Amino acid sequence: MIAGKFSGAADLTAPFEGPSALPVPSAVPTTNAVSDFLEWFGDLGTFSWRVMRAAVTPPFEFRELVRQLDEIGSKSFPLVALAGAATGVVLSLEARYSLTRFGAKSLLPAAIVFSVIHETGPIITGLVVSGRVGAGIGAELASMKVTEQIDAIEASAVNPYRLLAATRILACVLMLPLLTLASDACGLFMGWVTQALVEPMSLHQFINSGFNGAGFNDFLPPTFKTAMFGLIIGLIACFQGMRTQGGAAGVGRAATSSVVLSSLFVILADVVLVKLIIIFFP
Amino acid sequence: MNTIAQAETKREVVKVEGSAPVIIVEDLHKSFGSQKVLNGISLSVKRGETLAVLGRSGTGKSVLLRIIIGLEKPDSGSVRIHGQDIAGLALDRLGEIRIKMGFLFQHAALYDSLTVEQNVAFPLQHHKKEMSKSDRTDRVRNLLAEVGMEAAVAKMPSDISGGMQKRVGLARALALEPDILLLDEPTAGLDPISSGEIDDLVIKLQEEHHMASIVVTHDLHSAKTIAGRLALLNQGNVVIEGSFQELQNSDIEFVQEFLKHS
Repeated sequence: MIAGKFSGAADLTAPFEGPSALPVPSAVPTTNAVSDFLEWFGDLGTFSWRVMRAAVTPPFEFRELVRQLDEIGSKSFPLVALAGAATGVVLSLEARYSLTRFGAKSLLPAAIVFSVIHETGPIITGLVVSGRVGAGIGAELASMKVTEQIDAIEASAVNPYRLLAATRILACVLMLPLLTLASDACGLFMGWVTQALVEPMSLHQFINSGFNGAGFNDFLPPTFKTAMFGLIIGLIACFQGMRTQGGAAGVGRAATSSVVLSSLFVILADVVLVKLIIIFFP
Repeated sequence: MNTIAQAETKREVVKVEGSAPVIIVEDLHKSFGSQKVLNGISLSVKRGETLAVLGRSGTGKSVLLRIIIGLEKPDSGSVRIHGQDIAGLALDRLGEIRIKMGFLFQHAALYDSLTVEQNVAFPLQHHKKEMSKSDRTDRVRNLLAEVGMEAAVAKMPSDISGGMQKRVGLARALALEPDILLLDEPTAGLDPISSGEIDDLVIKLQEEHHMASIVVTHDLHSAKTIAGRLALLNQGNVVIEGSFQELQNSDIEFVQEFLKHS
């Protein structure tokens, strides 16, 4: 459906494009960059609080949420599935070569399964979605901002944090784990196909061998950590889009910064989440 | 009878109801960085009255409207709508006041992913949830007929002209039957015929709905056609406020210069 500066809003329109845009040289610019960096985080915090408050208070925008679930979920599926499948093929080829060298070829199915469900599936899904959805949300909301459509929503007494941001962020949170499952499934299937082409093996045999010794702790935490990726992608893309200034150039900058920042924060979050999963789900 | 004479006659018919102003702006100040945009503006508008705010580009006319509807916050001063100071109101409480206000943006700001019909239905879908789908469709069709756009229901905003977009924007602004109408440059960028049509439309709507209206414009012809009272802004303040005749009779140098070049 429809894609400001809002009343009661802090100034989210500062020119700072995110941490990646920090200028470096000389003492004074560095000080400015640090204050811009802190201001960006402060604005992001304020934005997050407003979105959270809007998300938990009625009226709820179910129709827009369903539209976003379709937009973010089903329309990302082909790309995520393709990326997952390609990863499965590459993993199978690389793992076969490496494991054969070390005389551990029998571990190939397990190596593929654990690599895919533990890390490559979730992170590939996170990065693919941050590229497709992050750019889409960032550009759509930025375009709405510079053409005063977001102001028009607010002037119509509709809360744009609820209608535009909360629905998109929630859709990202809900769809990322499901897309990860799709990516995992495609990756494992194509891993098996690649393996079977070299050395015949049934899918049943591949799955049994691969999942031998694996438990829910190997599967659920890595899959559901992608809900956090979804939160990061949705939040940063909405934030960058809704604080845009400067016409078509601003829209371009918002789309770029949405992808760059959400990808960066997804990778950083992955580092932390992997450590936490190892601690809490050994 | 020419358009202005017709407008004068029509305005006499419009009754300025009651004595209490619906919109009261007091000592409004607003700066963007070091640039002072509004410097102590005070205005008031009653129900059934149209005030045109004139001035050179960049004198803060649009900012004034955005502050009145709460899209910008003033540095100091107050805006009271129906006696309620809107400064510091939470978004949802401000929303209750905004429901009574219609706003036409300078470039119409139609939702580009929705059809003309869906654009006008948008406020109704969100604020008249008890309204049945058929009633809503009827209401939208009536609004579009009122602005002469009933033939464009299924078109996208990108498929209609700028003047048509403003008509649709007007229909959307009127959807919730507001008692305050704010128009930001309703004739900017339009040819003289389209401008005249928009002017006539605004006068007709004002007659039918008896709203308190503020029209921001730099088009003097449009202002004296639409409004009974004009306020001329310069350097963030009201230089003169009164009828077009009073502006003409003023000996203030800026007023004469503005009228001469308009």
